[in-house]
Formats: sequence, structure tokens, C-alpha cells
Amino acid sequence: MDEGRKIRVLVAKPGLDGHDRGAKVIARALRDAGMEVIYTGLRQTPEQIVAAAIQEDVDVVALSSLSGAHGYLFPKVAKLLKERGIDDVLVIGGGVIPEDDFPELKAAGIAEVFTPGTSTAEVIDYIREHIKR
Amino acid sequence: MALEDIVRRALAREVRAVSRLISIIEDRLEGFERAYAEIYPHTGRAHIIGITGPPGSGKSTLVDKLAMEYRKRGLTVGVVAVDPTSPFSGGALLGDRLRMQRHVLDDGVFIRSMGTRGRLGGLSRATSGAVDVLDAAGYDVVLIETVGVGQSEVEIASLADTVVLIQVPGLGDDIQVIKAGIMEIGDLFVVNKKDRPGVERVMAEIRTALELSEMSCVEGSWVPPILLTMAETGEGVAEVVDACGEHLKHLGEEGLAERRLRRARAETMEIASQRIWQGLSERPGASEEAQRLAEAVAARKADPYSAAAALYRLLVQ
Ligand SMILES: Nc1nc2c(ncn2[C@@H]2O[C@H](COP(=O)(O)OP(=O)(O)OP(=O)(O)O)[C@@H](O)[C@H]2O)c(=O)[nH]1
Ligand SMILES: [Mg+2]
Repeated sequence: MDEGRKIRVLVAKPGLDGHDRGAKVIARALRDAGMEVIYTGLRQTPEQIVAAAIQEDVDVVALSSLSGAHGYLFPKVAKLLKERGIDDVLVIGGGVIPEDDFPELKAAGIAEVFTPGTSTAEVIDYIREHIKR
Repeated sequence: MALEDIVRRALAREVRAVSRLISIIEDRLEGFERAYAEIYPHTGRAHIIGITGPPGSGKSTLVDKLAMEYRKRGLTVGVVAVDPTSPFSGGALLGDRLRMQRHVLDDGVFIRSMGTRGRLGGLSRATSGAVDVLDAAGYDVVLIETVGVGQSEVEIASLADTVVLIQVPGLGDDIQVIKAGIMEIGDLFVVNKKDRPGVERVMAEIRTALELSEMSCVEGSWVPPILLTMAETGEGVAEVVDACGEHLKHLGEEGLAERRLRRARAETMEIASQRIWQGLSERPGASEEAQRLAEAVAARKADPYSAAAALYRLLVQ
């Protein structure tokens, strides 16, 4: 916990639904795993999420959604990052997401998708193993 | 991007480069000292304002509204928001940005969250680095938010040109700044949450404490104004911006130079002492010697002062 690099994660909640309990649980778990977690709050547009990720120079963008909006909003975030030439940020998603949607999300640049059944430990391990710098 | 490119682009206020450079300095990555040397000649132009106060007093909400007001006046704004790093996990929840997200698509505002990362000295050295990057990048005003829990106020005072101390009604009997004995570092007092009961009392307490402090007796010296705000609605925020400007004007060239000399001295000494410590720990046998001396002190065979002197001799011999 001294000097040197720390994994920085932006936890964001695109879409219109008004709950962020899931996002807060994961934010705390990542904090307890020694990461720096920037939480941007509810109802963020993909543009806002990407701009915040750039200013905060994060390693990971963790997206959470309950509303079923993931199908459009998650890929949009990945696309905006790509458009800006940012290829060293890991984008992951979580929430109530049907397994049928996984392939499409992954093809769109979401590295991994976690459902409510996933333990926070799995998410932490995944991030540690897959960050790109 | 190569380091030279990052520096060049950061100086041209390219957001990604600014952001990367802050990380390079914060993480002390390869070449960070070289990068610092290149940006440093471009610093010294921004008005650096520290905003501190108890947890939950409305610092982030006020910073958000201050940024709005500065933007209205045509100025660009950098924000460094510092939250404590957990001493147990080394992680941090950085939540200040939450209240400032409205600015995220405005390229005249740059917001960066930071953990204290448990470095010696509380307020992280990296904060100073981020402030310098934003200053060099040409942001007109740099706002630093830190939670006020004693030591960090004193450090913010050495970093900022103007220090805003926030208080709120209803926190208990004595207001915290008086208890901590740090009234002197406030250039401006803001009593936020004026919609809450007890505002008059907080103002009276600050006024009394200010009258008692010796500063206010010296002729021509700055008398810290006490301002009332409701950060949530933005009420009173324009007055805070005005007062920060007046404070800068009152400092004048000489006063500003004096503050900045104080900051330069504190930082240089801190970095130097870190290097000395590092130099010591790199000496062959030093850590064994430190261990041996610690055991001797614990066993009451040596006292801590002579043990420290022995360690120091190891360095200078
Ligand atoms: N009633 C009232 N509430 C306010 C006012 N300004 C801010 N708040 C509320 O106070 C709470 C804390 O505000 P923040 O801006 O997060 O406070 P902070 O000092 O940055 O908090 P930390 O960074 O966690 O120490 C929020 O719920 C705000 O909405 C105000 O003028 N009046
Ligand atoms: Mg805050």
C-alpha cells in the first residue's frame, strides 16, 4: 500500500434506472481490495462516462445496469473509447443481463459481463488479471 | 505516447495528456522527474485555492458551484479532489466527482480525484504534482478539495494561495477549526448550509475566534471575511469567488511571492528529506543496523536519540 501504481476503476451507472446499490457494493469491494474507485453516480450518459474515465486516467471502466439498457449503452461506451484511440482501458459490465446478450456485448468490446450471482472476489481477480497496463 | 509528447500536449491543455501526466507524477513512473522539470517553468500562473472543512460540510457541492461561477466569468478551472486512502486496504472510494459531473463535457473544466495514499505528510505529494500540471496546462484557477481533519489543513495552507475554510451549523459545541487551533490558516470562512438552524451561532463563534487571534491586530492585515452560502442552490457562491479575488489582490505581488516561497521551501525540504531517507536505506547494511539499533532501544541499552545519531552517521560517513 505504499507508493507505486494502483489500479484505478471508474464505476459508472449508465441508463435511467434509479438504483445504484449493486454499483456501490462493487465499489466498496474494489476499494477493500486496494483499488482506487471513482464513483460518478446515477444516470450517466456514455459521453459523460468516457470523459470522466479520461480525466481520471483509469485502468478499468465498470458499468452497471439494471434497466436492460446495457444492450445499447455498454457498447456505446466501448465505441467512444475506441474512437478516441483509447485501447488500454478494460471495460467490464454487470447487472441483470441475460446470458443471450453476452456474445454481442463481448463483440462490442465489453471484456467480461458479470451477473448478480458473481462474487465480488471473482470480479477482483478478473480485473487484476486483465488490466492492460 | 512518448514522455516528450505527453509533456508537450499537456502544456497545450490536451485533456488526455494532462491526465496521463498527473498519473505519471502520482505513480512516480519512469521519467517523472524529467517531466516535472519540463512543466515547472510553466507553473505559477494559476490562482490556487484550497477548500477544506469537516466531512459532509458541502465542499464538493461548493467546488461544483465555484467552478460554475468561474466558468461564467470566462475562466478555466482545474479541480483536484482528495479523499482519504484506507490505511487497511490501501484502496480508496473517491466520491467527490459525483457532485461535479455536470462539468465533465466542458473542456474548460478538468476534474481529478486522488487518494492520500498514506504517504508521509498526509496530503499527498501527488496533490502538489497534479496542481502543478493543471497550472502548467493553463487552467486559470485550480481548486483543491481536502477533508479537514487537522494536519491536512496545514498542508493545504502551504499549497494554496487562498484557503477557504468551510463550517456548517449543528456539528456540536465548538467548531472544529477553533479546537484544532488552525483558525490562522483560513483566508476566508464559509458557513455553508445556511438553510440549517444554528448559522448565527457558528458565525459568532468564528468572529470571536478571529478577534482573539493575533493576526487581526496588525494594521493593514487581511481580515478574513465570513460568508454565508447554500452550496446546494448556489446562493452566496458569487460572493465567495469575489472574496477569493479580493484576497489575491490583497496579497499583491509581494504577499503572493511570500506564500509561494513558503510552499517551495516546504516541498523542497520534504523531497530532500525523502531522498536522505532513501539514501540511508540504500546503504549496505543500513537496514540491519536500523534493526539492531531498534532492538537496542527496545531493550533499553540505547536511547532513541543516540540510536538515531548512529544511523545518521552511517549516512554521512
Ligand atoms: N441543507 C443543505 N445541504 C447541503 C448544502 N450544500 C451541500 N449540502 C448537502 O450536504 C451533503 C454533503 O455534501 P458534499 O458536497 O458531498 O460534502 P463534502 O464536504 O464534499 O463531503 P466529503 O467529501 O464526503 O467530506 C450532500 O447531501 C449535499 O447535498 C446546503 O447548502 N444546504
Ligand atoms: Mg467531497
